[in-house]
Amino acid sequence: MDVSFDAHPSTYRHWATRTEGEIAWLVLDVDETGGIVPGYELKLNSYDLGVDIELYDATQRLRFEHPEVRTVVLTSGKDKVFCAGANIRMLAASAHEWKVNFCKFTNETRNAMEDTAGQTYLAAVNGSCAGGGYELALACEHILLVDDNSSAVSLPEVPLLGVLPGTGGLTRVVDKRRVRKDLADVFATRPDGVKGKTALRWRLVDELAQPRQVEQATRARAAELAARSTRPRDAEGVELTPLNREVTADGIHYEHVTAGYDRATSAVTITVRAPRAPAPSAVSGLDATFWPLAVTRELDDLILRLRTNEPTLGTWILKTEGDAELLRGYEKLLADNQDHWLADEILRYHKRVLKRLDVTSRSLIALVEPSSCCVGMLAELAFAADRQYMVDGPPIEDEDSTDRASITLTEANFGLFPMGNGISRLESRFYGHPGHVERLRKEAGRPLSPAEADELGLVTDIPDDIDWFDEIRIAIEGRAALSPDACTGLEANLRFAGPETTETRIFGRLSAWQNWIFTRPNASGDEGALRRYGTGQKAVFDRKRV
Amino acid sequence: MTTSINYEDKIPNNVDLSSDRRLQRALEGWQPKFMNWWGEMGPALETHGVYLRTAVSVGRDGWAHFDHVNVPDYRWGIFLAEPKPDRRIAFGEHKGQPVWQQVPGEYRADLQRLIVIQGDTEPASVEQQKLLGLTAPSLYDLRNLFQVNVEEGRHLWAMVYLLHAYFGREGREEAEALLVRNSGSPDSPRILGAFNEETADWLAFYMFTYFTDRDGKYQLGTLKESAFDPLSRTCEFMLKEEAHHMFVGTTGVDRVVARSAQLIREHDTLDIARHGGIPLDIIQKYVNFHYTVSLDLFGSETSTNAANYFTAGLKGRWMEGRRKDDHQLTEHGIPLRRPNTDGTWRNDELSALLALNLDLRGEYISDCQSGIKRWNKILADAGIDHRFALPHVGFNRHVGVHAGFHITPDGSIVDADTWHDAVKNWLPTSEDLAFVRSLMHPVYEPGKIASWVAPPTNGINGKPFDYEYVYFH
Repeated sequence: MDVSFDAHPSTYRHWATRTEGEIAWLVLDVDETGGIVPGYELKLNSYDLGVDIELYDATQRLRFEHPEVRTVVLTSGKDKVFCAGANIRMLAASAHEWKVNFCKFTNETRNAMEDTAGQTYLAAVNGSCAGGGYELALACEHILLVDDNSSAVSLPEVPLLGVLPGTGGLTRVVDKRRVRKDLADVFATRPDGVKGKTALRWRLVDELAQPRQVEQATRARAAELAARSTRPRDAEGVELTPLNREVTADGIHYEHVTAGYDRATSAVTITVRAPRAPAPSAVSGLDATFWPLAVTRELDDLILRLRTNEPTLGTWILKTEGDAELLRGYEKLLADNQDHWLADEILRYHKRVLKRLDVTSRSLIALVEPSSCCVGMLAELAFAADRQYMVDGPPIEDEDSTDRASITLTEANFGLFPMGNGISRLESRFYGHPGHVERLRKEAGRPLSPAEADELGLVTDIPDDIDWFDEIRIAIEGRAALSPDACTGLEANLRFAGPETTETRIFGRLSAWQNWIFTRPNASGDEGALRRYGTGQKAVFDRKRV
Repeated sequence: MTTSINYEDKIPNNVDLSSDRRLQRALEGWQPKFMNWWGEMGPALETHGVYLRTAVSVGRDGWAHFDHVNVPDYRWGIFLAEPKPDRRIAFGEHKGQPVWQQVPGEYRADLQRLIVIQGDTEPASVEQQKLLGLTAPSLYDLRNLFQVNVEEGRHLWAMVYLLHAYFGREGREEAEALLVRNSGSPDSPRILGAFNEETADWLAFYMFTYFTDRDGKYQLGTLKESAFDPLSRTCEFMLKEEAHHMFVGTTGVDRVVARSAQLIREHDTLDIARHGGIPLDIIQKYVNFHYTVSLDLFGSETSTNAANYFTAGLKGRWMEGRRKDDHQLTEHGIPLRRPNTDGTWRNDELSALLALNLDLRGEYISDCQSGIKRWNKILADAGIDHRFALPHVGFNRHVGVHAGFHITPDGSIVDADTWHDAVKNWLPTSEDLAFVRSLMHPVYEPGKIASWVAPPTNGINGKPFDYEYVYFH
């Protein structure tokens, strides 16, 4: 059964949202019987993919539908329990690729909560807060913990489950909250966690409140955080209306994005289309059909669906098409209005979706053809890819045509959409050669021919029109023959040249170690800690350090 | 796909080249480079017409046409054997599936490598034999040399066709590189060692066409089994032409042995050097040398590459279709005798899959044995007691399990000193080579022949020996 990422507050099973002026409340109240797949109960506000899909939807709607909101309070609707983290029975019963994909998505949602545009997240931890529950709090700007002599924050994964707090927990404790590494070590090996004043002293939380003062303290803190925001108070939100999507056995079709499967070669061709009509003159009176928002939502949905539902389609072929001038009109509108909350939110959203692509464990191959619109923000798709092929010649189906493929760099390629490592895709591509990036900047604004693109290092190869079909076929078939695991490792290593950030450490160091630990018998073997959790039996470890 | 050869096109072919703009353009771009190469590296002797056969069809009823041709005007072309309807992959993990008409991306690099290595040997032998025409023992032999040369040139075309048609830009680059590497060049030598040795004299030429071209026959035979159908069909037709090259070698050595036997009888001595003949022990040393360097061409006895090629379906075994096993070889074993440093031998059991080179070499050795048999029969018929023999498989080897050992022609493992003292009895010495070279004087008069070789029993295409096979004016 396909997983859908569609959600709407009216049908949430696990969250209650309400807004009170500049404050929004996001209340976790998990329906124990509402697991996304059967086989486990979501006790103690533990979560699975379904809970997180709703959380992601809620955060997106707050951004776009509620521009007036300046602080988002994340808290629990259950007594004495904030959140127990990812459901252990769900993890123990899941296939490896499901666990990995689930963790990736939850990580992306938490990263997005930190990518605030005047909407600051505040965790009001009103009960026990364990593992992924504490990681959810860590993604918030401020953590308020109830000081009731029993509620603790904890990362019990290592002592109880033999795995890591893999949703950024270890990274954020030391990187973001600057907890000393020895204290972090003690903290992350204590199943019961740390309470009250100690938690505050160790910087695990920012604030304590007596049980009866929690709500008051939360409101006061929320107001204080809201005061820092520059969001407009009178802006009209944009309703995120349902996506117009057609799913068939052979692909998925949206308004601006199409995916066609070729199961024989384990590939999917993703075509993203430029806008068909000129950009409006101002960022006002817009709705969810506004091309940059619509195309970003569609691409986002497609990436999430393909990752979750099509794990064997290992190669994504990225194509673009449409009118370059129309596209540049939209790009200019957004770039000129970056201080407008909606333009800002759309640019940030597009940045996050491109980042999803960067951390997608699929081989990405971009094709630039005469019909392509490889310009600015759509050219970023090509630069996100592992390889770029560009036709040097007329269109394959019309050799008499004078159309030729081109790439046009714009401001969008020079920092508008940074990668997780904090620099642009071109800076990553030419890491250590800042002079070359400067040279490319001089070439911005005009269409570059295949020979120029090749010369400038923007493409991997420029087969001519008569070689094109075979070169691409062989590249795709060749990719399909390689070990999928080795490809994932290869791509993840090559895509992120340059600096490390909290984000790259989460997706690189933390996720890679976690994914290794997941497959080890000490975690997932019959006698492993993850499998034995809750059985009353003790895990049996292979004591060799690796 | 048509089977008759289209001579209307700039490049004769039976692959419907005129309908493939891309391929046509690629090959027409390569053709002048080939002609340049031929001009520089091809036969040094100038002639005005050689009685050559030219392929005109690939079917059963006659595929060749004979006429005098000015060698640079020879029409090199592209011919593939007829396609076999519903041909299936005969071995490996894809056994039973339809053969491939396109290169699967998974195997592109391996197939390209196999074709490049095969293609590299074809022009190499033309380069090695460049100067031989200057000392041809008869017009008949000169004609045979040119025939072999133009057909090696055509085999190069065959490999270049595959590279151009199926391997895109990289294929075209590799096709050019085939003309840039040159036999014996210090900077850009041919890929395989045996193809960087000059073919210094005509006895070496006969030996080369007997032993080294025979290695080619076996390599082509394994590629003919390939799941990549265009490669299979190309090699099948090449094998047809290759047979003539081996005929030149077999009958060439025949005629040297016959002439030597005749001189031994006439003068009642084995020491026929001073009578203008080649002594039998020198012939044996040539056999020892050419046979063993050709054995090296089969590569190491155990080869994971060969095993991978087999499993993937790229390269089969000799006569794969006639083998009575599962054609996958995952369970089979094969014995290998290995030398020990203490001078003894031991038997190892190898996985049959890893020992495919050994298997092919075994087929080759038994084929070589038949040449020895026929040359010994010439001696026996002349009432001469001397007999030729193939040396031990470990003799003079530089590749595989015997490399680094000193093994005598009868298979004894000896120390380095013993070897160096005795090697002059086993391999041609510089004196032997100088002596053979001293016999090499050109004979360009129809019907005449050099002192050291007997005339052939039959001419070419029913023509007599004294036919004017090569025009000089």
